[in-house]
Amino acid sequence: MNARPVIGVLALQGDVREHLRALDRCGASARPIRRPRELTGLGGIVLPGGESTTIAKLAAAFDLLEPLRAAVRSGLPAYGSCAGMILLADRVTDAPPGQQTVGGIDMTVRRNAFGRQVDSFEGDLEFPVLGEEPVHAVFIRAPWVEQAGPGVEPLARIPTGPATGRVVAVRQGALLATAFHPEMTGDCRVHELFVRIVDES
Amino acid sequence: MSTPTPTPATATGSARVKRGMAEMLKGGVIMDVVTPEQAKIAEDAGAVAVMALERVPADIRVQGGVARMSDPDMIDGIIAAVSIPVMAKARIGHFAEAQVLQSLGVDYVDESEVLTPADEAHHIDKWAFTVPFVCGATNLGEAIRRIAEGAAMIRSKGEAGTGNVVEATRHMRAIRADIRRLTQLDDAELYVAAKELRAPHDVVKEIAETGKLPVVLFTAGGIATPADAAMMMQLGAEGLFVGSGIFKSGDPGRRAEAIVKATTFHDDPDVIAKVSRGLGEAMVGLNVEQIPPDQRFAGRGW
Repeated sequence: MNARPVIGVLALQGDVREHLRALDRCGASARPIRRPRELTGLGGIVLPGGESTTIAKLAAAFDLLEPLRAAVRSGLPAYGSCAGMILLADRVTDAPPGQQTVGGIDMTVRRNAFGRQVDSFEGDLEFPVLGEEPVHAVFIRAPWVEQAGPGVEPLARIPTGPATGRVVAVRQGALLATAFHPEMTGDCRVHELFVRIVDES
Repeated sequence: MSTPTPTPATATGSARVKRGMAEMLKGGVIMDVVTPEQAKIAEDAGAVAVMALERVPADIRVQGGVARMSDPDMIDGIIAAVSIPVMAKARIGHFAEAQVLQSLGVDYVDESEVLTPADEAHHIDKWAFTVPFVCGATNLGEAIRRIAEGAAMIRSKGEAGTGNVVEATRHMRAIRADIRRLTQLDDAELYVAAKELRAPHDVVKEIAETGKLPVVLFTAGGIATPADAAMMMQLGAEGLFVGSGIFKSGDPGRRAEAIVKATTFHDDPDVIAKVSRGLGEAMVGLNVEQIPPDQRFAGRGW
């Protein structure tokens, strides 16, 4: 059995604690990252849920954005949930002018795609690569994938309601993103998938 | 989680969705704004959300009169101006104001002591709403009573509109000390503690087991500088509300950005020192003991 991979969680703002706990429970050794030098020695990085505009501004102000882009470009596995999905997208719509991202996944993500907080919801999703048992997914002012390039594999879609068919989980190589928050429900399978991606890289 | 609501296959407004929204704001700063222009300055500075209101607490204090929910036109303007979440205040107990705010699409309602209370006995039944609520508390018993009524987020009250953190410090220390005390008690003692806190036993027991509130705990009231922000975060706040401290200062954009950075790097004095330079005038501030007790906001609510 492999040693537990070291996975960082970008700890500028958001539900950092939930991701650290989920990673520790799901087979990794997790640590918070706030400075460029803390990126050394990581097997992978998680971009948490939070406010994507805030996280991007803080990452730029504290000289983390360029090192993160370089690391992702050179193959560092990354997983983003909600705001993290926005940060991993090459293109964002419904964002304030000048919103920066880390990028890496060839997709356009729509911010707050489901509406405002009163439209936030939880429900079950088919997520075939994680097995037959559906994933109970929590969507909070969540984005969806508006458009994606041929190299992007859709992993889960909204099953019912006005957003039926919208893609809410994707993988491109060593990059994984979900519009929902598996770190909030105690279901380890998404984090375990990311730990496997890190182990294989 | 305590007092869970039953969750059907697809659910809006569940406890998890409401409390989860606050989890996403952690480590962030929520800023009071009175115009769309201020809301944009706050978003540009890195605020995680804005609180839309007609007058900041410092002005409510000076001008007096009955302070109410903001004009819907003004809230609409702020919602249209920014992409980050927009919160708004309803008077304590004023469920109809809260219904209006929910229908406007506000992302969080603050049932706030800064406005003039509308009911001297009852807070709003917050379980009845899809929109989540944040409520103020001066101590643990008050926090738990609000959670039992459905609050999905708690903020310590402080004394809003003073630019003086002394009350926020008192309330944050009181809440954290009460939580620490609960974790030392045995099961029999927890029944007495619940009685003394005037709070439901199931929530008291959950806090004793986990060592934390079942919802996110922010702080508010009097924060005016990056060092104030750093101190409150080190005292255990999970994020901050800043009211008059930003837009009553000399250079709001710069001060807002500095407070955002200080919140993230609250445990790094080098960063706090760096962002504290050249911010211009801080808001003037008031000493709390000079405010007559009947004009203090923190005593509103129970």
